[in-house]
Amino acid sequence: MKWHRKHLLGLRELSAEEIGYILDTAVGFEQVSTRSVKKAPPLRGKVVVNLFFEDSTRTRNSFALAANRLSADIIEFTKKSSSVSKGETLLDTARNLEAMGIDIVVVRHNAGGASRFLSRNIKACVINAGDGFCEHPTQGLLDVYTIRKIKGTLDGLKIAIVGDVAHSRVARSDMWAMTKLGAEVTFVGPPTLMPAQAERLPVKVSYCLDEVVEKVDVINMLRIQFERLGGNPFPSIREYSHYFGLTAERMKRAKGDILVMHPGPINRGLEIESEVADGRNSVILEQVTNGLAVRMAVLFLVNQAAAQRID
Amino acid sequence: MYWEKMKVILNCTQIERIIEDLAGRIISDVPAHSDIATIGVRSRGEVLAQRLSSRLADEFGKDVPCGILDITLYRDDLNLPQGVGQPQVRTTEIGFDIDGKVIILVDDVLQTGRSTRAAMDALIDLGRPMVVKLAVLVDRLGRELPIQADYSGYKSDAAADKLVQVRFVESDGKDEVVIE
Repeated sequence: MKWHRKHLLGLRELSAEEIGYILDTAVGFEQVSTRSVKKAPPLRGKVVVNLFFEDSTRTRNSFALAANRLSADIIEFTKKSSSVSKGETLLDTARNLEAMGIDIVVVRHNAGGASRFLSRNIKACVINAGDGFCEHPTQGLLDVYTIRKIKGTLDGLKIAIVGDVAHSRVARSDMWAMTKLGAEVTFVGPPTLMPAQAERLPVKVSYCLDEVVEKVDVINMLRIQFERLGGNPFPSIREYSHYFGLTAERMKRAKGDILVMHPGPINRGLEIESEVADGRNSVILEQVTNGLAVRMAVLFLVNQAAAQRID
Repeated sequence: MYWEKMKVILNCTQIERIIEDLAGRIISDVPAHSDIATIGVRSRGEVLAQRLSSRLADEFGKDVPCGILDITLYRDDLNLPQGVGQPQVRTTEIGFDIDGKVIILVDDVLQTGRSTRAAMDALIDLGRPMVVKLAVLVDRLGRELPIQADYSGYKSDAAADKLVQVRFVESDGKDEVVIE
């Protein structure tokens, strides 16, 4: 197949074949990070902008390192220290940066659809690093990459995504990628944190972690996003942990080869116990390592697609 | 022209003899005690490299390691429109240290020299060989860079617009070189 997309805005619109192509490409990038000279030239002379309107540790630094490994130049934009404080809009910000000559924009914004909006209004390639509750495609990709690398395939696997699913763009991107690759996905959490009309999504829904934990091959724990919650979705943090936290005790009833995942950052002791997060089933840090190869692949592919449009 | 068919210019027997000859020349050139390894450029260079590696191992009486090099990341045409083909990034698999070794870089066809340039840049990022020698099955006209093969098998004077395609049993089911 031929990769023709100069933007990566979400996984919902990608085919299983396209997702597989990104994962296969990422395999070829892994060794750039493990060999002695951690650089290759395909994006030499290209400028990548990290346009982040929300905080980030993993995604931002991962994209910065990925761009550097491909020999691109990177500009770091943080909302806090920018002219957004003076009222400058998203579009004006992007257009002003574009006037300085940029090739790829990696954007994280609290409004769903922000990346799609940008892709229609600027000439550069746009990669969605998280838009509101909508999607976080590179996280979805690195999650399935991690699973595929260890389990060989996602076809037929049972996967649970546990926590604040309603406000989770990671859960949505994961859902699209995992179901397209043949896995059965179950959202687990309290009813107050389930997305409205979840029954219309290609997933199962459960309000009982104890029932689900025994049956799944992969469990992805989501952080309670206190900064996004409105009101009181659960009586207390302790009660939430009791019913939906991944404890060492619950792990005893899980399959021996279950994969424990978390997009980070972890609230230790809240949605996951330290013992589990650091335990032998945990692949949380491998997700981060794989994220680098996946993001290199995405940067490479959108750049290639953009090159096709040169006359 | 549309009525010209694909023509076989080398059959499997001829290819076999050419490979024997290449191996022979490498053997007489390289001292027996050298730390020698072959590295094939994806995707047909790797087949040739494997075959050369076996022959060299037989002759030198020791293991001659063989690696696979993917040059996609080092190509100089990534920012140009690609037309029909789109290069896919694949893995480089070199399970040995290349520092200080005699590396026989192997490719199926040498024409413009751009693939070899990319391969050398890729190798330099992996280490510092003692010496790199280039061995190719088919040596065509049409260099765009000042690059030559140390060991070339078959010299072809095919016109630049013709495609010379090398096929091997391992990758295509049959050993032959065709021109179309």
